[in-house]
Amino acid sequence: MTNPKGRFGIHGGQYIPETLMNAVIELEQAYEHYKNDPDFVRELNDLLANYAGRPSLLYYADKLTKTLGGAKIYLKREDLNHTGSHKINNVLGQALLAKKMGKTRLIAETGAGQHGVATATAAALLGMECVVFMGEEDTKRQALNVYRMRLLGSKVVPVTSGTATLKDAVSEAMREWTSRIDDTHYCLGSVMGPHPFPTIVRDFQSVISKEAREQILEYEGRLPDAVIACVGGGSNAIGSFYNFIGDKDVRLIGCEAAGRGIDTFETAATVNTGRLGIFHGMKSYFCQDEFGQIAPVYSISAGLDYPGVGPEHAHLHDIGRAEYVPVTDDEAVDAFEFLSRTEGIIPAIESAHAVAYAMKLAPTMDKDKIIIVTISGRGDKDCAAIARYRGEDINE
Amino acid sequence: MSNIAKAFEGGKAFIPFITCGDPDLETTGKIVREMAANGADLIELGIPFSDPTAEGPVIQGANIRALSGGVTTDKIFDFVRELRKDVSVPLVFMTYSNVVFSYGAERFISTCQQIGIDGIILPDLPFEEKDEFLPICRQYGVDLISLIAPTSADRVAMIAKDADGFIYIVSSLGVTGERSQITTDISKLVSVIRENTDIPCAVGFGISNPEQAKNMSQFADGVIVGSAIVRKIAQHGKDSAKPVGEFVKQMKDAIR
Repeated sequence: MTNPKGRFGIHGGQYIPETLMNAVIELEQAYEHYKNDPDFVRELNDLLANYAGRPSLLYYADKLTKTLGGAKIYLKREDLNHTGSHKINNVLGQALLAKKMGKTRLIAETGAGQHGVATATAAALLGMECVVFMGEEDTKRQALNVYRMRLLGSKVVPVTSGTATLKDAVSEAMREWTSRIDDTHYCLGSVMGPHPFPTIVRDFQSVISKEAREQILEYEGRLPDAVIACVGGGSNAIGSFYNFIGDKDVRLIGCEAAGRGIDTFETAATVNTGRLGIFHGMKSYFCQDEFGQIAPVYSISAGLDYPGVGPEHAHLHDIGRAEYVPVTDDEAVDAFEFLSRTEGIIPAIESAHAVAYAMKLAPTMDKDKIIIVTISGRGDKDCAAIARYRGEDINE
Repeated sequence: MSNIAKAFEGGKAFIPFITCGDPDLETTGKIVREMAANGADLIELGIPFSDPTAEGPVIQGANIRALSGGVTTDKIFDFVRELRKDVSVPLVFMTYSNVVFSYGAERFISTCQQIGIDGIILPDLPFEEKDEFLPICRQYGVDLISLIAPTSADRVAMIAKDADGFIYIVSSLGVTGERSQITTDISKLVSVIRENTDIPCAVGFGISNPEQAKNMSQFADGVIVGSAIVRKIAQHGKDSAKPVGEFVKQMKDAIR
């Protein structure tokens, strides 16, 4: 009986203040119109190709494969996109859409700073004003990205409420949107929030699996056996999975940030430790206490440090189409270092969660099997934090 | 007639909001009794939520104080049960959807009926999603309050037609909190509401002094005040009952 709009099974919906309802309805109508508008599609594709640098490479990691001694590992190199992560795919789409809608100002939340940097970049390019909300804790963990956003002409607002991390940045961006709707588009960075955001962001990110599917068919003449991506809200994962969902033999594996372990309170592994709830505009799984208070989650990765997961992932979990596995800080840091040394590729600490699981899975598979791992972003931003994790203080 | 309708029978209603457990439930009990004695016609009791996305800094602070003091939904239910032994003023809960959903909607709403809660306000539950709780609320005779915002435009009639208890008119864009000016044309909103329902409407968000309350009461049947009261509680802590009672009296006198 619940609103069928924007539902993925029982998940999704539009649990937001009345003040925002006409804004999301207007956004949905605009998106439905422009997604099929040839001029819009041409403009976006031009930006993706000539500005963001798409298609991104699907790189056969020969040395990694041989070192692990099992399945062949391909890396989908979203880290090579302009701004250094997959976030630009969604942001260019939303910023262009906002511009068509007559909006002149973008607001965004950011965790690791990747989405904030991407939004600030699109705002600079398209001549829009931009304000990014970032948990104060994250502004410290990701100081370099704060500087990048300011350099790009954006204002960065440190959020001090709650745990001062990604969830609080989302809450604050939502509060800001309710106070200024006319000229402002909320450029949400993940496949979460109220409908139509989970659908819009998924559509813009699905370019990852659209390319990867074509590329692997070209290189190997067949589909992969597994696709692995990290999951916070889940935008790079849904983008990596989407065009393989119909291919039942392709395992889809989302790697959640387990922090210090799923048997501790210091974790952000929502599917593994959370339960059904309603928060940030959607019904989905959330880390919460018995009275529905949202839990203060933890991960070394600012981008995965979120107590919820996108509604489409919750649904893929329910129907057993995708698996969601926990990866700890320790495992992710090991993978961060291992990929750097083995392939000369420094992955974002978020993406290192996916690499870590691939390192476990590949050796258990035959050599003729194929795994695609999405490297959602580059790891330069994480170097200082990882050095600290290893007990070494470096100046950025 | 619902208990909520009675709140609007004696002229313009004054509706104060406080967060349960800020700073502790004993103080909340004293404040509620003092507010009722000083003319509050209906009282909104906030059940604190970890991430109150519709609240400004003042009420966010109250939520944090209450939760860090150890308040839970169960403790608030016990508190209201005790309160109802001598307090007859209509009471509504104001909280967030997850607090109700996570407790189990039927378990939460049936408990509301048992302990004498007359309605529930959920700022993150718009018209499109109200079937999540509305059928159960109607089954147990607990009014699910609908909100109408300055941006509701063509949605006002649809919301008003199917509203229960009273209509909560959000005076301004943005989150809760005191404002020096309210620029929304409330009279126009109310006239559209009037064409579609007979239930009373009360205006909230941003009202902090007797003058604003008086002004808003010209257009609506009641005035809701939250942040201005919560600010006093933040200031006076356990000794809040008296200053809050005095403030309620001033506000009620202004709209009589």
